[in-house]
Amino acid sequence: MEAWWLLLVKSVGLVLLLFLIFAYLMLFERKFLGFFQLRHGPNRTGPWGLLQPFADAVKLVFKEDIIPASADRLIYRLAPMISLFVALAAYVVIPVAPSSGSFRWGIADPNAGLLLLLAILSLGVYGIALGGWASQGKYTLLGALRSTAQAISYELAMAMSLVGVLILAGSVRLDDIVAAQARVPFIVLQPVGALIFLICIVAETNRAPFDLPEGETELVGGYHTEYSGLRFAMYYMAEYINMIVMASLLTHLYLGGWHGPLLPPVVWFALKVAAVLFLFIWLRATLPRFRYDRLMSFGWKVLLPLAALNLLVTAAVVVLA
Amino acid sequence: MAMMAREPEPLAPSPAEGTARQEVEALALAPLPKDQEAPLEERLTLSIGPHHPSTHGVLRVVVELEGETVVKATPEIGFLHTGIEKNAEYLLWQQAITVLDRMDYLSPLSNNLGYVLAVEKLLGLEVPERARVVRVILAELQRIASHLVWLGTTALDLGAQSVYFYAFELREGILDLFEEASGARMNPSYFRVGGLAQDLPEDWEAMARAFLAKFPKRMAEFRALLDRNPIWIDRTKGIGVLTAQQAIALGLTGPLLRASGVNYDVRRAFPYCGYERYEFEVPLGTQGDAYDRYLVRMREMEESARIVEQALAELEPGPVMVDDRKIALPPKEELKVSMEALIHHFKLVAHGFEVPAGAVYQAIESPRGEIGFYVVSSGGTRPWRVRVRPPSFYNVQAIPAMAEGHLVADLVAILATIDPVFGEVDR
Repeated sequence: MEAWWLLLVKSVGLVLLLFLIFAYLMLFERKFLGFFQLRHGPNRTGPWGLLQPFADAVKLVFKEDIIPASADRLIYRLAPMISLFVALAAYVVIPVAPSSGSFRWGIADPNAGLLLLLAILSLGVYGIALGGWASQGKYTLLGALRSTAQAISYELAMAMSLVGVLILAGSVRLDDIVAAQARVPFIVLQPVGALIFLICIVAETNRAPFDLPEGETELVGGYHTEYSGLRFAMYYMAEYINMIVMASLLTHLYLGGWHGPLLPPVVWFALKVAAVLFLFIWLRATLPRFRYDRLMSFGWKVLLPLAALNLLVTAAVVVLA
Repeated sequence: MAMMAREPEPLAPSPAEGTARQEVEALALAPLPKDQEAPLEERLTLSIGPHHPSTHGVLRVVVELEGETVVKATPEIGFLHTGIEKNAEYLLWQQAITVLDRMDYLSPLSNNLGYVLAVEKLLGLEVPERARVVRVILAELQRIASHLVWLGTTALDLGAQSVYFYAFELREGILDLFEEASGARMNPSYFRVGGLAQDLPEDWEAMARAFLAKFPKRMAEFRALLDRNPIWIDRTKGIGVLTAQQAIALGLTGPLLRASGVNYDVRRAFPYCGYERYEFEVPLGTQGDAYDRYLVRMREMEESARIVEQALAELEPGPVMVDDRKIALPPKEELKVSMEALIHHFKLVAHGFEVPAGAVYQAIESPRGEIGFYVVSSGGTRPWRVRVRPPSFYNVQAIPAMAEGHLVADLVAILATIDPVFGEVDR
């Protein structure tokens, strides 16, 4: 058990770090989208647009905070906080580098780290569902319904796909899982599982081509149509921090975590996470959006059976070998 | 007689009348009779537009939903009424071109062309050969530009963001050509009664050829991104199906009609501007769904490029305006030396020319379908009436037929593949 002040410092540091990464993830997304789309992206605020996130933050803070007259005021205020809290809390159990002696690079180290993480992540849907419902709008309601259905159906396939990793690693502690990949990353042993997991995390974080809950051209802003100012920013932050969490998880589970030659572990970890995040952006720049019912049937009829099959085969091979 | 025999009504309601009013009020407040198929309370009425991101301007569609399935869609238009037809009646024949430009703002040159052809028909004018060929070239480039906007916005609506930027970037090349020729990118007013506003600049042909040279490669890129993209096919195949009969009954024209397999293209059926000389195909669809409409428009762009190539090949130097001084402005340099030219100039600018009384209908194939100009002259210097048959107006009324039974997400695909322009729907 670490001293309370160290935990406090780590927690505050983690939140600040995540906010900073979020800010620049957004900038890089806009920049890369710009490059994909034959344009420049933000380049007016600071050199190479580097101050853009701060300009955005200032703008959002000073926006009028509007609560629709018919909204359920308490839940309307609470919902974005749930989303952001859940996104931030998820990172608590993710270590970014191996423990060196008594010092640990994560905040908490529960035995069932991965299970706790999944449990926290599945709370995120409350933020969206409640926000959409409390706004009392038709577009928001439809958006909330969509995202609830989507999150529930993709969580199942996601959990199923990573059981294969757990069997190979023989532990649900993230440190142990990463340690088990010292020689070969699990993506080599579990290619199908890794693919399913990747698809599921894209769907879980509501990113293109699965960005239905907020499908702008259909449902305007989806569940956050009515939100403005800081509350809107909270949803936005939650979405991007979720992306970071999921990318980190993918790195730990399939890409060998911080293992890598020459460079220090933290750098390897950061590089891998950045590569996964770039993949998110690339997908967004390239693919059209799925249709809602297809998304559901894809999740239930393709991904889930495939994940189950993957699990069976993995288990059989581990038992027989 | 019975009415007259009645006694004058008392001002205060009698007790009997009070109950009658209560009955009426009770009826008015009572819930509407329920629908046979599904109870009304299970339906959600959603107002999409007029300021919704994917209504392509200012369309409002009132949809009734069961879950996310559209059971009823009612388009509502009129949010962009500009009175263009009426305005045209107050302008000289030549000036009216500038307001008619702004109807279908995505293909202003088609509007130009239809109108000037109609007026020329009334005047019995034959434009010089060079003007005719340039009109064909620009009208076909306009078709490509308009379809590119359609491609970009449709892809954006279906979530393929980047295609939007690629399409607009390619369209820039065409707008540059317009700018080079007329000085304006969006509303060129370049075709005039009797010919063209001015001749093409010297390097224009080279520019146009350069554009055509890069065009097939860029089209191949679009096709590589979308043609066989599973998500794209999933979003468009079997969506918004219209049979040939339905399409004809709804009065549809253009790519919408041809996607349903009806071979009607004004350029073929009633050739104008010498379209009968050019070799081109009229692409037809088989299913009449959104994917066919996509393919038809893509093929049309390629065919238009073919027409432009043929027309460029037969472009020869020559006058671009009739030399009738009662219609065409005299050349600027003559004004300084010729009294007669000065008088003509003054007369044309201040008073305009007169058009013999009569009425004509001239249809052309705009990117959206048959755009018709019914132009009536009473013999004066201004049109007596310019009635436009805008293709989008007819195409928009296909929304209920196409959307009912589909999901809200498909409504977006359906609206997008109709490609309506509300400037011309409302005029």
